Amino acid sequence: MTWEIVIGLEVHTQLSTNSKIFSGASTAFGAEPNTQADAVSLALPGVLPVLNKGAVERAIRFGLATGAHIAPRSVFARKNYFYPDLPKGYQISQMDLPVVGQGALTIQVEPLSGNAKPYEKTVRITRAHLEEDAGKSVHGDSQGVTGIDLNRAGTPLLEIVSEPDMCSAAEAVAYAKTLHTLVRWIGICDGNMQEGSFRCDVNVSVRKPGQPLGTRREIKNLNSFKFMQQAIDYEVQWQIDTLENGGKVQQATVLFNPDTGETRMMRSKEDAHDYRYFPDPDLLPLEISSDWIEQVRATLPELPLAKQTRYVNDLGLSAYDASLLTTSREMADFFEAALGNNKGQAKVCANWLIGEVSAQLNRDGLDMARCPISAQQLGNMLQRIADGTISNSGAKEVFRTLWAEGGEVDTIIAAKGLKQVSDAGAIEKIVDEIMAANADKVAEYRSGKDKLFGFFVGLAMKASKGQANPAQLNDILKKKLEG
Amino acid sequence: MFESSLKQLGDALRAKRISSVELTQSYLDRITRLNPQLNAYITLNPEMSLAQARAADARIAAGKAEALTGIPFAQKDIFCAQGWLTTCGSKMLHNFASPYDAHVISQFNSAGAVNLGKTNMDEFAMGSSNETSYYGTVKNPWDTTRVPGGSSGGTAAAVAARLCAAATGTDTGGSIRQPAALCGISGLKPTYGVVSRYGMIAFASSLDQAGPMGRSAEDLALMMNVMAGFDERDSTSLQREKEDYARDLSKPLNGLRIGLPKEFFAAGMGADVAKAVEAAIAEYKKLGATIVDISLPNSKLSVPVYYVLAPAEASSNLSRFDGVRYGYRAPEYSDLADMYEKSRAQGFGAEVKRRIMIGTYVLSHGYYDAYYLQAQKIRRLIAQDFTEAYKQCDVIMGPTSPSTAFKLGEKGDDPVQMYLSDIYTIAVNLAGLPGMSIPCGFGDNDMPVGLQIIGNYFDEARMLNVAHQYQLATDWHSRAPQGL
Repeated sequence: MTWEIVIGLEVHTQLSTNSKIFSGASTAFGAEPNTQADAVSLALPGVLPVLNKGAVERAIRFGLATGAHIAPRSVFARKNYFYPDLPKGYQISQMDLPVVGQGALTIQVEPLSGNAKPYEKTVRITRAHLEEDAGKSVHGDSQGVTGIDLNRAGTPLLEIVSEPDMCSAAEAVAYAKTLHTLVRWIGICDGNMQEGSFRCDVNVSVRKPGQPLGTRREIKNLNSFKFMQQAIDYEVQWQIDTLENGGKVQQATVLFNPDTGETRMMRSKEDAHDYRYFPDPDLLPLEISSDWIEQVRATLPELPLAKQTRYVNDLGLSAYDASLLTTSREMADFFEAALGNNKGQAKVCANWLIGEVSAQLNRDGLDMARCPISAQQLGNMLQRIADGTISNSGAKEVFRTLWAEGGEVDTIIAAKGLKQVSDAGAIEKIVDEIMAANADKVAEYRSGKDKLFGFFVGLAMKASKGQANPAQLNDILKKKLEG
Repeated sequence: MFESSLKQLGDALRAKRISSVELTQSYLDRITRLNPQLNAYITLNPEMSLAQARAADARIAAGKAEALTGIPFAQKDIFCAQGWLTTCGSKMLHNFASPYDAHVISQFNSAGAVNLGKTNMDEFAMGSSNETSYYGTVKNPWDTTRVPGGSSGGTAAAVAARLCAAATGTDTGGSIRQPAALCGISGLKPTYGVVSRYGMIAFASSLDQAGPMGRSAEDLALMMNVMAGFDERDSTSLQREKEDYARDLSKPLNGLRIGLPKEFFAAGMGADVAKAVEAAIAEYKKLGATIVDISLPNSKLSVPVYYVLAPAEASSNLSRFDGVRYGYRAPEYSDLADMYEKSRAQGFGAEVKRRIMIGTYVLSHGYYDAYYLQAQKIRRLIAQDFTEAYKQCDVIMGPTSPSTAFKLGEKGDDPVQMYLSDIYTIAVNLAGLPGMSIPCGFGDNDMPVGLQIIGNYFDEARMLNVAHQYQLATDWHSRAPQGL
């Protein structure tokens, strides 16, 4: 290992406000082009921006969730450049004084290769600032003409900038996934990557250990975790190859092509714009009182990391299970609702959710929010496992029925005759009968052929129509066979 | 009728001695007769004006008239007005029919006022002589070989020539006060934030402020009652109690302390201007005022500071004029960059381009600290000078402009000479203070001289009182240009 990889991320999250950051126009996705472009979105002469408080509130939520400093006074600045989908000729953003200062995000990294173990890492967040999104250029719809759709222009964004703390594609992906979970968890972004609600720019450089940072190239606009990993892997290898062949890495912005799996240069540093930032004179400095911060803090849900810690310490789950149960707020809420007060069932409940429920959701292409089984149904079923009413195999049958047809757990158990026999007398009677009917095998067993134990279990189960409590049956059978 | 005050016109309309339609038609006839000499209007639309007049007459008949209902005003062509071309004096917006009303326009509309037309102006309000307008120069009604001042030159000429009862202007570095002075009318630039900028095409956002221009301080007060007030669509609009700007008009001036900045009475001011201004100060003493000598030591830096900050903001504000969505687009171009370059090269005039270049330069990487940041620091010092001064006086007075109206073309080749014509007005914008100009006599060639009155923040009512008492004692404001 002669090269160190250094990665930092800039993530643009679209904030889930109903209206735009500087006007009352709707932010809904997928409308007919320009039907959500009001006078401000069109940058008509004379229009002025008015800040959407909902966007600020979401920035505060993010700052609190990452333990960051919320600036009591931050400033909006104009980033000037010409592009057809940027109607004012400048983007309103924040430069010197962002609304959210330094914070941190703890991530669980699952190494992509080999048998390395998962580990925890804390990535520092440099800052997060509010800005407006641009519109879209629609190329080639009609003979060589480019159309402009300004529906997205003015959609609020929170740009979250990390320190270059990540040193593998796995860490970068883990950071992006954890961030993705967090912004949905705290309700500031819908996280829809296909619709561009969560877009990642990845800065990558390589260096020899102990050397200063290498020259970075920025991979723009990655909208899937898979592409992110592929793009980083390719880019890292490209940079290493370039350097090892005596070349130099030039600072540049590159795009990832999913079809070829390669990154290619979009513009070099020489082409970089001089954005001529200056404070926007149309907007007063954004002032956030400590009262406002406290009001927002009071509405924050328990965060994933806090939940994980609690699941490990109070419920005795493994860190791995705890992290899987907190991949989304829906999952965690489901888990807690299904578990109720039965803390002792935590492991069983977690196993069902991580195993059967997740697998079925996957198979049916559903997410947790549209799970056909309610937390209460799952909870009731777990209750019946715990009190011995049904066996694990019986539970699987109940689960399949709940998933496909719905219904009450107890009704299903009764209708399908899944209630297991836990009456010792009844089981003893069955055992006595099969031993009497198979005296030769009993003799063989007693003469040392232990393997016949399974044969007797099978006969007894068959005789009980599969309803004998397996643990109890084992005990009784063993006792009687060994006489 | 053309000499009547707004109050008299309102009274006559409500008493039904005249209808708004008659009044509007009279002004339209006068405009038809005199505007060709003056070029004060860019756009007229008699049908729309008369439709508003008919609506006003109906409102008066219904007994729901307000102070300005039915009175014909002109609007500077910087205000977006629905259904009207709104050109901002530029080829860039030669075809821009606004789909919405500026706050100022909607305020006049809801007051029942009539819009007579859109007045000429320097292109994007950049100029002090109205010579940068794409729609031709405006002539000074007192001498049509001279400039009316700028950038609200069309408004000043229209008011002076009685081509409207009164009109609106905007003032970024003196664009209300300087043309008011040069055309012998009254004009007020309010405290920054008192009149909403919504729908007013931006030149330099931190300096721009709309205000009234008319023939008397009393008229300005009535217009301020309509124009001023909080508007949530402008984040820099100030949330304050609604006030009656005419409430103090008749107060006597006994004990008024007038500060005279020594820097305003130094070299650079024409002797004829000095004479008229000094006579006005003498008149104020007769009205009971006392004189305090003050100093505004940093005011000498206001022109260079202004010509960093205003172009910086303008270079960004004017980026939206790119030929993509509205306005002028070059007829032929090879690609996107070429479309931008040609549209802006052809759509903007020389002065606008000069300021975009200056502004782009001072905001550029490596120059920002030396120019923009430094200018912002000095801007604060200039504002502090005024704060200090107002510890000793109630209002500050001096000349509005160093000279009377100059000849058309006289300063056309020398932008710095042109910029210096705003030397007394610019500091007021940098500080965000209210300032006004009222006529105080005539200088060489019988051209009007303006007296500048600068108030403390939100002292508009006091300033209007100070101006009104002077106008009760003198008749400079009621002189009308002859020979049109």
